[in-house]
Amino acid sequence: MVKTRILEERLIRIYKAGQSYFWIGGAGEEAFGVPLGLLVHKGMGLKYDWLHMHYRATPTLIAMGMEMRDSIALTMNRASDPSTGGRNFCNHYCYPKWNVAPVTSPIEVQYSIALGTAIAQSRIPDGGITIVTGGDAGTAEGDFASSLVWSSRKGAELPLLITVQNNLWGISTSYSTQHGEEKISDRGKAFGMKTLTFDGNNPIESYIKLQESMEYVRKKRKPCLLEAMVSRLYGHSSASGANWVEGEVDCVQTFGERLLKGGLLTENKISEISNRYDEEAKRISQNLLAEPGPEPETLWDHFYLNRESGNWREF
Amino acid sequence: MANMAQALRLALHYGEENLGVTDIFGQDVGAPLGGVFTATQGLRTAWNSPLDERGIVGAAMGLAMAGSRCVAEIQFCDYIFNTIDLLKMAGNTLWSTNGQVSLPLVLMTPVGAGIHGSLYHSHSFDALATRLPGWKIVMPSTPLEAYGLMISAIKDPNPVLYLVPKALMRVRGEELIPGEPEQEKELRAMIDAPIGDRSQWKPRWPKIREYTLPIGKAQCLTQGEDLTIVTYGRMVNLCRSILKDYSEDSIELINLYSLYPYDWQMVKRSVQKTGRVLFLNEDSEVTNFGEHLAYRTTRELFYSLKASPRVLAGKNVPGIGLHPHLEDSTIPQESDLRQAMDELIHEVP
Repeated sequence: MVKTRILEERLIRIYKAGQSYFWIGGAGEEAFGVPLGLLVHKGMGLKYDWLHMHYRATPTLIAMGMEMRDSIALTMNRASDPSTGGRNFCNHYCYPKWNVAPVTSPIEVQYSIALGTAIAQSRIPDGGITIVTGGDAGTAEGDFASSLVWSSRKGAELPLLITVQNNLWGISTSYSTQHGEEKISDRGKAFGMKTLTFDGNNPIESYIKLQESMEYVRKKRKPCLLEAMVSRLYGHSSASGANWVEGEVDCVQTFGERLLKGGLLTENKISEISNRYDEEAKRISQNLLAEPGPEPETLWDHFYLNRESGNWREF
Repeated sequence: MANMAQALRLALHYGEENLGVTDIFGQDVGAPLGGVFTATQGLRTAWNSPLDERGIVGAAMGLAMAGSRCVAEIQFCDYIFNTIDLLKMAGNTLWSTNGQVSLPLVLMTPVGAGIHGSLYHSHSFDALATRLPGWKIVMPSTPLEAYGLMISAIKDPNPVLYLVPKALMRVRGEELIPGEPEQEKELRAMIDAPIGDRSQWKPRWPKIREYTLPIGKAQCLTQGEDLTIVTYGRMVNLCRSILKDYSEDSIELINLYSLYPYDWQMVKRSVQKTGRVLFLNEDSEVTNFGEHLAYRTTRELFYSLKASPRVLAGKNVPGIGLHPHLEDSTIPQESDLRQAMDELIHEVP
């Protein structure tokens, strides 16, 4: 949790120093995202879990083993960015080796794309499960309804864990002004789904609830809708300033205090961990400053597979 | 001879038995209906989805990501518009992941007017489709083409948008599909579902063979010296119907069954020969795909031209009206085509 927070804060600094064009990320979702990353069955192919995530997924990826460098190279749109080669935004990850589907900017599409991998997984014995993440605002979109309808069809249920990280904001619009339902997870009840809402700022509760939900989906091969209440600590994105927001629960701080109180950590140890990751992130970003972005002549690369040209001037 | 719906069915059957197709799905695609035009009757892997176009396209993308091979259908292209960002995304996934994630899938949808379908069963989609980089866009004009293009689309490792001229679904071809029984009646008895109770019915598939049309190429259907016509879909048939009124060596008719990528070399050679060209389609005329081809012709072949390149397309009105007077005034008709051809042929540079 500390590592991903330090990383996100470094990404914000990189943006504010004019070394990247945009920041959006998962500061405030660590207590949900890290347990998810620890629990996922990581690998490639239908036997492993598929992840269709939104653009606040750094905590999950860090917990899965992503290097800080990958995230910083993506943010700085370097050619060596392993997710997009400098073509897409910060936090828009893609890791085929871990079944991590490409993260995109539209806030809802992952809920309908996830259906496809869940259908494929529903057909094999001992298959993995599909996990989809998204924000509360995105649940107003039709794709969220698609995930509920498609995954709960009688006799054709899907091993799909539908998750919502509810931070009570859609950019600048508050949840309370746009939602009549008390809890988003209640929407799953109409489809006969297992549903739950929990404190996503508590990593222990998150771990237990995620583990329970994942085991349910894994064993029953049926969908589950869970809603984790989380924070949004630096606003929506750099478009809203990427400044610290007062009054939100900071899960890293509160969990740290809990560990201190329990005698499991010391102030010195916390400082040592934070400083180590901060130094690492700083060193990586300095090194990446010297790295090139994608070359202009690569513009048409990967238009079609196998180097087939999509440039009409060459037809 | 098979009609286009039967040809598609045969190609999809070939795909599921020989090319690894795992899913053929969409609204009403599975039993008992087998597609509103019957193009998916009796197929082993066909299934019904919820009436949810975004779910259909999203599921197709996810299936492709997971390594499955699917052919999904949007029942009419008039209902595809609410999926436009997913279509954009399917087209950009390989590019935006720097070559890491490919989406081999086929999305088919009936297009165009000609069945008195009013505002929401008559739309064309070729102009918009060609603005979706990363997709391949194809449209057949005969059952044999439909068969060959579908097999090519299934084999292609990229997303392919397969536009089917709905007015041609019941039109029979003049060429046999490889392996098709010679008697039309026999084919019907083998693969058409009976009227009424179909619960016990199973198709008897003929031993069809592979036939492909290369995506990115075009067909020169007639050679001519006076005028080049570049068209696709059911407009090919409109051209064929009036060619008999022109001398045999007058009109060069190019069937651009692959809209993107397209066979510019064939168009170029032809226009350099005739110096006059008409781009014909039934989508609406403003920011029409034919305009791109006309622009390119003007830009690259200007000094070969004897007349200004012309686009004949549907009128830029908000919809296709139900009454035949309205539909016929919107979509290019024989008289419009003849007038455009004659004006082009007689235009003095």
